[in-house]
Amino acid sequence: MSSLAIPAPGVRRQAFGGRQALIEKITGMGFCLPATTLLLLTSLVPLCVLVVMSFTDYELGALDIKSVGLANFGKAMSDPMFRRSLWNTLLYVAIVLPGSVCLGLLVAVLVHQRKRTRSFYEIIYFLPVTSTLIAMATVWQFLLHPRLGPINAFLQLIGSRQYAFLSEPSLALPTLAVIGMWQLIGFNMVLFLAGLSAIPRDIYEAAEVDGCSGSIDRFLTITWPLLGPTTMFVIVTTSITAFKIFDTVAVMTRGGPMGSSEVLLYAIYLEGFQYFHTAYAAALTVIFLVFILVFSVIQTFVLDRRTHY
Amino acid sequence: MRSESDSRRLSTTRPAWALLRRAVSLLFVHGFLLAGAVFMLLPFVWMLVTSIKPPEEIFTAQLRLWPKQFYGLENYRFALTSAPLLRFALNGVFICACILAVQLLVAIPCGYALAKLRFPGRQALFVLTLLALAIPVQVPALPLYIALADLGLLNTYFSMMVPFFLSVFAIFLLRQFFKGFPDDIIHAARLDGMSEFEIVWRIVTPSAWPAIAAFAVFSIVAHWNDLYWPLIVISDAKLAPPPLGMMFFSDAETGSNYGALTAAATILTAPLVVAFLFARRHFIAGITMTGVK
Amino acid sequence: MARVELKSIAKSFGAVPVLSGIDLDIADGEFLTLVGASGCGKSTLIRIIAGLEPQTSGSVAVDGRTIDHLRPHERRVAMVFQSYALYPHMSVASNIALPLTMQRLSLWERLPLVKLLSPKRRRVMRDILEEVRAVAAQLQIEPLLGRRPSQLSGGQRQRVALGRAMVRHPDVFLMDEPLSNLDAKLRVHMRTELAELHERLKTTFIYVTHDQVEAMTMSDRVAMMDAGSILQLGTPTELYATPANIKVAQFIGSPTINLLPATVGEGGDIDVIGRRVPLRTALPAGTSATLAIRPEAIAPIGNAPLRDGQATLAGTLRRVENLGSEFILHFDVTGLAGKVITCRVPADHDVAAHGQVDLVFDVGACHVFGTDGLRAEPLGGRRDARDGRVRLYLNAGSAT
Repeated sequence: MSSLAIPAPGVRRQAFGGRQALIEKITGMGFCLPATTLLLLTSLVPLCVLVVMSFTDYELGALDIKSVGLANFGKAMSDPMFRRSLWNTLLYVAIVLPGSVCLGLLVAVLVHQRKRTRSFYEIIYFLPVTSTLIAMATVWQFLLHPRLGPINAFLQLIGSRQYAFLSEPSLALPTLAVIGMWQLIGFNMVLFLAGLSAIPRDIYEAAEVDGCSGSIDRFLTITWPLLGPTTMFVIVTTSITAFKIFDTVAVMTRGGPMGSSEVLLYAIYLEGFQYFHTAYAAALTVIFLVFILVFSVIQTFVLDRRTHY
Repeated sequence: MRSESDSRRLSTTRPAWALLRRAVSLLFVHGFLLAGAVFMLLPFVWMLVTSIKPPEEIFTAQLRLWPKQFYGLENYRFALTSAPLLRFALNGVFICACILAVQLLVAIPCGYALAKLRFPGRQALFVLTLLALAIPVQVPALPLYIALADLGLLNTYFSMMVPFFLSVFAIFLLRQFFKGFPDDIIHAARLDGMSEFEIVWRIVTPSAWPAIAAFAVFSIVAHWNDLYWPLIVISDAKLAPPPLGMMFFSDAETGSNYGALTAAATILTAPLVVAFLFARRHFIAGITMTGVK
Repeated sequence: MARVELKSIAKSFGAVPVLSGIDLDIADGEFLTLVGASGCGKSTLIRIIAGLEPQTSGSVAVDGRTIDHLRPHERRVAMVFQSYALYPHMSVASNIALPLTMQRLSLWERLPLVKLLSPKRRRVMRDILEEVRAVAAQLQIEPLLGRRPSQLSGGQRQRVALGRAMVRHPDVFLMDEPLSNLDAKLRVHMRTELAELHERLKTTFIYVTHDQVEAMTMSDRVAMMDAGSILQLGTPTELYATPANIKVAQFIGSPTINLLPATVGEGGDIDVIGRRVPLRTALPAGTSATLAIRPEAIAPIGNAPLRDGQATLAGTLRRVENLGSEFILHFDVTGLAGKVITCRVPADHDVAAHGQVDLVFDVGACHVFGTDGLRAEPLGGRRDARDGRVRLYLNAGSAT
C-alpha cells in the first residue's frame, strides 16, 4: 500500500540502470540489424528454399511446381553419375587427407628445427597456398602434357614409360589429388608450425635432461601428444577443403576422361547451372551439405577440445 | 647397476661420432626439404620460363630450362592484347575491395554487440552465426542464382559480391577479439559521454587492428581466387575476376599457345604472390587463422 | 658424490659475450647459489652445466671427470625449471616416472604397440611405479599422482617438478629460479622446504635466483654474478659483511645500502660533505670514492655521547615507514641535495623527536669503494673474526 506512495531509494537508481539497459538493447539490436538481414537473405532463407526445392520437380523457369517427395534423392541413389562423383570425391579425400597431413607434419617438424633456413622453406612451401589455383592448374596442365610437358620429357630421359596423366581414366583422379596435396601441404605445415611453437622450449629441455634425447623419443613423448589437438583440427579442415574440390576439375579434366574425375561439386554445378535440373541439383546440394555438416560437427567438437591443455 | 649402464652409455658418445651423426642427419633433413621445395616450386619456375619461350622451343626442347631465344615480350604482348588481362585483375581488385569493405562495416558493429552489449536475441543470433559458419557458399548458390535471375541482376558486379557481403567468420572472429577488450575502457568512454557508435569505431575498432588485418588478407585471398560463384553468375568476359578470366582465356583461341597462357597465368598470379612475399607474416596469420573457409 | 668444477667457462652468442672465464669449484653436497640481476649470465651458466647449451670455451668436470662431451641426460644432473616444464599431457605419476622409463627401457620397449611385445616391460614399470610412489610420499603429493599438471596449484606443480628431479637420484640438482612463479607466501614456505630437502638428500645443489633473500637464506655459499663474471664468491655472511664490490653491496641487503659520494683526503681518510671519516684507506688522496653504510649501522643520535670510532652526518627526517617490528626512517642529507639515507631502527624508537638531527654510525661498520667499484680495505682496521667486521681503532696503540 505504502510502497506506491514512498519511492524507495533504489528505484531511481534502477530507473537509471534501466535506461542504460534500454540503450544497450536498442543499440545492440541496431548494430546487429544489417548482419541479421544479410544472414537471413544470403544464407538461412536460401538454405530453407534449397531444402524445400529438393522435394519438388522445379526446373528454372518452370511455372508450376509440384512436390515429388523423396524422388530426387531416390534418383540420386540410382544415378550412376552421382554415385560415381560421390565415390570419386571420397576417393580424392582419401588420397589427399593422409598425404597432405603427414607430409605437412613432417615438413613442419623438420622446418621448425631449422634456424637460419626456416623462413626460406616457409616461403617456398606456402607459395602454392597464395597462388591462384586456376592459373596454376593451367600450368600443371602444361607440365603434365603428354607430348610437351617436362614431366613426361623427364620420364623419357630416365627411360620410363610416358603417361597421359590427365587423359588416362585410372590416372586422372590421383593426378588431381597430387595437385591438391601440392596446394595443401604448405597450409597444413603452417598450422602445424603454429602448434609446434606453442610447445614451450622448457618442456623439450626438461625432456632432454630426463633422457628423452633421440628424435624418435622426442617426437613420440612430447611433440606428437602435444600436437594432438592441432592434428585433429588439421584433419578436419583438410577433409572439408578436399571434399570441396572443384577448381582443378573444372579447368583440367571437366570430369573426364570417361567420368573418372567427376566430383560432387562439379556434378552439382553441371546439374544446377548447365542442365538446369534445379530441383535435382538442390537434392544433391543437400547431400553435399550433410557431409560438410558432419565434418563441421567434428570440427566444433575438436575446437572445444583445442583449448584443453 | 645403474652406474654400470651409465658408464656404458658414456663410452658410446664420443665427440667426433656425435659430429658425424649430426652432419648426416642435417644432410638428410635438407635433402628431403629441398626435394619437397623443388616439387613446390616446379610449376612456378616452369610458368616463368615458359612465358618467355618462343613456340618452337616450347614444342621441341622440352627439358631445357632457359630459352635460347628470349620471346617474353611477344608472349606477354599477345596475352595482354588477346584478352583483357588487366581488366580481369582490376575486376579482382574492385570486387575484393568492395566485399571487404561491406564485410567489415557489417561485421564490426555486430561483433561488438555480440561481445559487449546485452539485448534480446543475442544468444539466438550467435547460435545462428555458428551454424552459418558451417555452410559453404555452394549451398545457397542455387536459390541465390534463381533470385538474382528473377531480379535481372545476373552478370553484374553486385551479383558476384552479394553472397559474400556477410562474413559470419568475421563476426565470429571479431566477437572473440572484442570479448578480450577490457570492459573498463568501454565504461570510461561511456562516462566521458561517448555514444556506442563512437565507441565502436573510435575505441574498439583500432584496437582490433591485428585481427582486422588478418581477416582482410583471408578475405582478399579467398575472393581473388574464387571460381565457383563467378563461373555461375558471370558470362560477360568484361566482368570476370582473375580465375574466371583465366578460364575464358584458356578456352578461347589460345588453345595450346602455352607461351601466352603461362604469361597470362603469371600476370594473374603475380599480385598475390608479390603481396605475400612482402607481407609474409600477415599472410600466414590471415590465411591460417582458423582454416575455416 | 659430486664435486663440480668449472674451469674458465666462457660463452658468447655471436659477438655478444655472455660469460667470461668463470671458475667455480663446488664441493660435494654443497648448496651453491648463483645470484644476480637478469641478464648477468647465471641462467646461461646453469644451462651449460646441464648440457643444454654448449660453452664457447672452458670445461665442466664432475668428480674430476670432464663431462663436456656428454649429452644432458648422460650427465646425471637433474634440473628444475622456472616454469616447472611438466609434460602437460601426462599424469603426475608419468611425469615423475619419465626419467626412469627412459633409463630402463630400450627404444623398442617405449614405442607404441611394439612395447606390448616386451616381456620384461611390465615388471620394470611396476618397479618404477614403486619408486615414484616413494618419492611422492616424501613430497606429500601421493594423492595427486593420477592428476594432470593443469589440475594442480603452483605449489603442487613445483613439488612434482622436484619429484621428477629426485626420482633419478642425480649427482647434482640444478634449479633455475624454481620459486619465482609462486606467490610471496608460498615462496617463503618453499624456501624452508628446499633447504630441508637439501639437508636430507645431502646432494650438491646449484641454485639460480635473482632474489637476494633466497640466496642469503638457503645457501652454503653464494656466487654473485654481474655482466658475465663472478663478482664475489663466499658465504652469505661474507657477502653481507664484506662486499668485495660496490655492486655486491648494493644487491645484497634490504633496504638497500646507503651510498654517499666522498673524496679521499690526506692519508687515505674519507671526506663526506665536509666531514672527515677517519678510515685510512689505501686509496690515493684526491680521488673520489663511495662510502657505504648499511641502514642498520646508522641511526639518529640518542642521548648517549659519541663513542670512540663513531662519526656523524646531519640529516632531516622526511618519512617514516612502519613495518611493525621496526621503522625505516628516510633522511634528507644536509649538504647533499636529493640524497636520502635510510636507517633501520627498532619500533620502540622515539620518532617524533627528530627534526634535523645528527646521524651516528660506527666507522668500522662502513665500507669504502674506489672509483673502480672495488672494496678499499681500511689500513688501520682489524677484522673481527666473529662477524667479519673491521674494528677500527682510531688512536692506534691506545686500543688493545
